[in-house]
Amino acid sequence: MNMMTSKEVGFADLLKNGQTLKQFRDGIIERTQASGHYNGLEKLAFRDSDPIGYEKLFSKLRGGLVHARETAKKIAASPIVEQEGELCFTLYNAVGDCVLTSTGIIIHVGTMGAAIKYMIENNWEANPGINPGDMFTNNDCSIGNVHPCDIATIVPIFWDGRLIGWVGGVTHVIDTGAVTPGSMSTGQTQRFGDGYMITCRKTGVNDEPLRDWLHESQRSVRTPKYWILDEKTRIAGCHMIRELVEDVIRADGIDAYEKFAFEVIEEGRRGLMSRIKAMTLPGKYRKVSFVDVPYKHEDVQVSNAFAKLDSIMHSPCEMTIKPDGKWRLDFEGASRWGWHTFNAHQVAFTSGIWVMMCQTLVPTQRINDGAYYATEFRLPKGTWCNPDDRRTGHAYAWHFLVSGWAALWRGLSQSYFSRGYLEEVNAGNANTSNWLQGGGINQDGEIHAVNSFEASSCGTGACAVKDGLNHAAAIWNPEGDMGDIEIWEMAEPLLYLGRNVKANSGGYGKYRGGCGFETLRMVWNAQDWTMFFMGNGFMNSDWGMMGGYPSATGYRFEAHKTGLEQRIAIGDSLPLGGDLDPTRPDYERHIDATAVVKRDKQCMTTEDCYDNHDLYLNYLRGGPGFGDPIDREPKAIENDLNQKFLLPEYAQKVYGAVFTEDAKGVFTVDAAKTQARRGEMRKERLARALPTREWMKEERERILNKHAAVQVRHMFATSFALSEKFTKQFKDFWSLPDDWQLLEEELGVPSYGAKHRMDLSLLPDVTTVVQVEE
Amino acid sequence: MTTYTNEQVAHLVEGSLDWDTTFRMLSMPKDNSRFEQYLAALQAKVSFKERIVLPLGPHLYIVQNAHKQWVTQCDCGHAFGDYRENWKLHAALYVRDTEEAMTEVYPKLMAPDTQWQVYREYYCPSCGTMHDVEAPTPWYPVIHDFEPDIEAFYKDWVGLPVPERAD
Repeated sequence: MNMMTSKEVGFADLLKNGQTLKQFRDGIIERTQASGHYNGLEKLAFRDSDPIGYEKLFSKLRGGLVHARETAKKIAASPIVEQEGELCFTLYNAVGDCVLTSTGIIIHVGTMGAAIKYMIENNWEANPGINPGDMFTNNDCSIGNVHPCDIATIVPIFWDGRLIGWVGGVTHVIDTGAVTPGSMSTGQTQRFGDGYMITCRKTGVNDEPLRDWLHESQRSVRTPKYWILDEKTRIAGCHMIRELVEDVIRADGIDAYEKFAFEVIEEGRRGLMSRIKAMTLPGKYRKVSFVDVPYKHEDVQVSNAFAKLDSIMHSPCEMTIKPDGKWRLDFEGASRWGWHTFNAHQVAFTSGIWVMMCQTLVPTQRINDGAYYATEFRLPKGTWCNPDDRRTGHAYAWHFLVSGWAALWRGLSQSYFSRGYLEEVNAGNANTSNWLQGGGINQDGEIHAVNSFEASSCGTGACAVKDGLNHAAAIWNPEGDMGDIEIWEMAEPLLYLGRNVKANSGGYGKYRGGCGFETLRMVWNAQDWTMFFMGNGFMNSDWGMMGGYPSATGYRFEAHKTGLEQRIAIGDSLPLGGDLDPTRPDYERHIDATAVVKRDKQCMTTEDCYDNHDLYLNYLRGGPGFGDPIDREPKAIENDLNQKFLLPEYAQKVYGAVFTEDAKGVFTVDAAKTQARRGEMRKERLARALPTREWMKEERERILNKHAAVQVRHMFATSFALSEKFTKQFKDFWSLPDDWQLLEEELGVPSYGAKHRMDLSLLPDVTTVVQVEE
Repeated sequence: MTTYTNEQVAHLVEGSLDWDTTFRMLSMPKDNSRFEQYLAALQAKVSFKERIVLPLGPHLYIVQNAHKQWVTQCDCGHAFGDYRENWKLHAALYVRDTEEAMTEVYPKLMAPDTQWQVYREYYCPSCGTMHDVEAPTPWYPVIHDFEPDIEAFYKDWVGLPVPERAD
């Protein structure tokens, strides 16, 4: 006979105040909206009455979070975590609002909070229940995760039988068991191919992972060894932080802790507003960025005919800084989500933005959800940054996010410049690619997947007082590191034939963008091996500022049937070092003439076959430039030439440099002749230019005739379909007749998703959490 | 609060400030007097007589002209019109919309494909200074980048009298 337990499943009274978590959260939202202060905290009683105690509490908790991250990451074996530091731990209050976060990929300040809020809104406390010692795992992108490879372990924190908060830890795993290997693969076009997906599942009790979870999860990915150690990393860090909170409460009392856990969020809200007033300038800023999605090419092999089209991501941003120090970020006019893996959930945007802001506007340890409460976000429903369909793929949401935020860098930097804080100006960031990914049987004879994180060291944007940094950073991880060759060669069956600064990759300007770098890899001792490319090629997403040029776009180089095995055996020359000048390729002179070489702008591909001794160029992009290039100091150009950061041809053409080269190849720029040449260049510029309004007449004709490539028309058509306001602005600007329109259906390309969509909220028994204006 | 001398701010504008001071500027709380010092350093540097109201770029300013009108103006004295208008509509424009034009500025394969993206270079019609490079798709409207709220900034944020304006 099957006996059911008599234990009632229902109201758990986790807070011991007679409220459900949802009721408690609703109260906080209500008090916040009514007062304009987080949780109605018009006064910060604890901070004001005991500022030293408050600061001590802050230091203990923040120090503990950072310590837990630094300690736990040593457990991991994946270079992504252990070398690049792609992990983060965050402390939340009982309703999932972030109190404090560690260093690292602090995009997750809000993503795990979104998961906690999802559990609250969907009554997890009744079923499956929330108890001391539980663990929950989430990587579901439709409720706020960035991309499926960011696996979060979330642990509730109880004190005296009462839920007082949560701690979450996230690591970026090396493989998610998606259609193709690597953590951010391109072969799928929907969620259903995006890999193993876990929705706030209870995966542990009594501090032990459940065995069914361990068995299922480890066989769901290609790299179980890394997966196991990544999970141990997350659990260890979460438990360290839970113990830390218990220690703090024992020392300072539960009252102080709970007051702190709310006041620090209100303090964060005020902190952002005061920082905005201290650093920026009120007004409206309009910027835009784009990303190419070239899926029509034969090297993009996806399983759906409806995904085989070229399209463009459009990310217009109107940033309004208000006189009271609040700001509004409005992405009206953005293009629709698509059948690829670059879509982003609204929380990936609203949470992720702080990983960027901590590198510019708020370089502080006090990153928490207060900043979210000081910001108005408008992400129209149906756009790439707030999809309205539950099928969307998100494996590399960063591809669009990073580019979308490029507009924010430039807007903020305009304000810094106008105010005189030139030291803060940054023209933008690099498109953090290429992503070398793939898999097969590795040098140890095991099923394996690779995901190079060399992209965490791209060039940075130029400043208004100095050049950008070469191969130094990635917007998504403030502590990015390219990693050691020796470690990558252990993790990947790919030998390095070169690792060099990429000439001309930084945008030109009075101050140039930082150069990226490039590594030439040879497949070695692998079997049944595949790799693919992922990055920008036909477009760049990072414009220069105030006369500076955008950074260079990407391109791909791969070579098969190279004959390198034989060349190595007989001691013949080999392709070594950088692809210095792609206009005059040199690698091809050191491989067989019959080699199969691909050299083009198709930087988005799916899994292709690679034999041992095949070649793959991993080119990591540079940052954009600042100011008119003909203002650049001759000495700086000379230095760039001598370090091979700049090809001589472009020193002449772009910078107007006049120089000599001696027998040893040392360049000397002649300042006087350069100045004279620049005077001529000014005249040449004006000779080839038209008054803007004259050019506009020509462009208007092209628009009336609908003369543009299909990907351009597709981008506009999806933006027009989602935004009457953008359509009106466009038609007004170009003085188009009232009946002019551009519809997706007239383009002759697949338009699945254009009309028929189904949001996650339409599933039974699902309450989604909306945190933006839609 | 950290403060800096007028000389240091002038060096910052020139790009010749020592790194230690630059680093201090980056790492310390911001000096609220910077805007005034910045304006003074720029005013001393430019050859035109008009009063700078707000710097927009290395060679571009909103200035108050002799008639007390606020206009966007280049270093060389060329005026682009009312400060509320998009100055780019009054600029000289060169669009790089062919592969040939793109390879003038980047090596092969390292510039955008002009079927996807073009470069629009906006020059001062008088002196040929390149004030901005846009990199949009074809058809994209000329972007009106910045509409500053100068009154709120002067009055409420930095506590300075708003320069007179004749509309």
